[in-house]
Amino acid sequence: MPEGRFTVAVAQISPRLGDVEANLALHQQAIREARGRGADLVVFPELSLTGYMLRDMVSTVALRLDAPELNHLKKQSQKIGILAGLVEETRAFRFHNSAVLFDRGEVAVVHRKVYLPTYGMFDEQRYFARGAEVRAFDSRFGRGAILICEDLWHPSTAYLVALDEALFILCPSASPLRGVSEGHEQDDNARYWEMINRFYATTFSVSLAYANRVGFEDGIGFWGGSEILDASGERIAKARYYEPDLAIAEIRPKVARRRRIAAPLLRDEDLDLTINELLRIRGRATRLDAKGEVAVLKPVAGRARRVKR
Amino acid sequence: MIPCNTALLRRILVAFIRDEVRKVGLERVVVGLSGGVDSSLSAFLAAEALGAENVLGIRMPYLTSSPDSLQDASAVVAALGVPSLTVDITKQVDAYFESFPDAGDRRRGNKMARERMTILYDHSARWSALVLGTSNKTELLLGYGTLHGDMASAVNPLGDLYKTQVWALAGAVGVPASVIHKKPSADLFSGQTDESDLGFTYREVDELLYLMVDERYSTAELEAAGFALPFIRRVSDMVRGSQFKRRLPIIAKVSQRTIDRDFRYARDWGR
Repeated sequence: MPEGRFTVAVAQISPRLGDVEANLALHQQAIREARGRGADLVVFPELSLTGYMLRDMVSTVALRLDAPELNHLKKQSQKIGILAGLVEETRAFRFHNSAVLFDRGEVAVVHRKVYLPTYGMFDEQRYFARGAEVRAFDSRFGRGAILICEDLWHPSTAYLVALDEALFILCPSASPLRGVSEGHEQDDNARYWEMINRFYATTFSVSLAYANRVGFEDGIGFWGGSEILDASGERIAKARYYEPDLAIAEIRPKVARRRRIAAPLLRDEDLDLTINELLRIRGRATRLDAKGEVAVLKPVAGRARRVKR
Repeated sequence: MIPCNTALLRRILVAFIRDEVRKVGLERVVVGLSGGVDSSLSAFLAAEALGAENVLGIRMPYLTSSPDSLQDASAVVAALGVPSLTVDITKQVDAYFESFPDAGDRRRGNKMARERMTILYDHSARWSALVLGTSNKTELLLGYGTLHGDMASAVNPLGDLYKTQVWALAGAVGVPASVIHKKPSADLFSGQTDESDLGFTYREVDELLYLMVDERYSTAELEAAGFALPFIRRVSDMVRGSQFKRRLPIIAKVSQRTIDRDFRYARDWGR
């Protein structure tokens, strides 16, 4: 596998609500198929091991990352990288909506969902603890990042991981279908996602593997339509809408290279300007020193740090 | 204008029926066929989702039901090729009202709807099937239905579709034209129609409800959109006044964990 070049599959499954054992079996099938089709990495939807509308089941389906239920996935990850969604229980008995990358026989990366939608039909903040980090990671697939569903509706998350030098974003999702307007083969929410996926891939010249689920939970349907985009924003694989499927494509870093030569926007990004303006907007005290530099208080330590203006 | 993408609605609702029926380990549904457009559409969608042989259509006429209704229900059965049966509810309804002869139309109509419900649930047990719902969003919002009667079901594909959307989708899936184009009626007595009962047409009220509910228009915005204030008030009152019909019975909380309050699980728990 040349540096940064790999084949990713998105496994568009319909998990059984609250039944980890049944969902593990569903994962085995998809992992077998992904391997059979030459995937180096398979991405499952958000909460793929548990189902989405968990409510009071959150604590009963939760797993510690050393739970024996996960041993088989760890073992299989010696042959193929596996990104699965689960309820992660911490030592302090907090419960996170997490996506876990199993690779080379172990837990390689964990992303805890930061933006937990709690409005309209969503209830997540009631049940889950909020993640506190948005970071890129290094892996045998190169440098990438994981953002879960609503995380990616906040442009700041994609901006951060792009500046953190991610070349690809893996986005597990449990996106409910809603809004049926005329003249389209998919619902309004599906079209919104397709627009932002393309926007992020294009704007930040990152590859993007978006893994959505299908099936129904209490009448709420999930639209599927998982997709893989290259760093030029081109869609290079698409799963069916509303039905289980597996989509697969090869990620080639030379696409990002070409894009970033043509338009080196990330290189030119002015971090200090962004930080200073964010601090101003947030209302934190700033002051100009004698040389006209802005002295900024660091958020935690409280020590002044000089930021060039 | 209420959007109506019939191809996509059909795809979603067929998938919904298949998924929600099969995940509880069943293959079949029973549906009461009144000869009206709602139950006909439900039956068409279910036949597409599960196969015609897995949909049992039950006609449940009362003495005064219009012969046209029975005929329209038979047309749906014939068009789909679903198994069907007819259970005349006259005897059981009349036997009851012999003891309460002064009951008016509303009580009699509700009683008939509830008798039909008990028959559907009995046959769902006999046939290992779920009861398929037929209430549309307009009726549910207005409360124009009988609680524990025609509002009762296990899965309802039409509950988020306004009546005008039901008409459009029924046309797209092949419900017989005679069923779609006749005036909607609860068929409790000769010549009754929903729209004369309600005092407005479905097309008028659907446009209002769509803006009020789906688009969250305020009263002032609805007036600006051309709706008369008395009509807006009347419909708002109907929606608020029928909220009880759309909820489980209220439970007095005494324990630490009360059903539906702090004992919260999806209905598809473990499915």
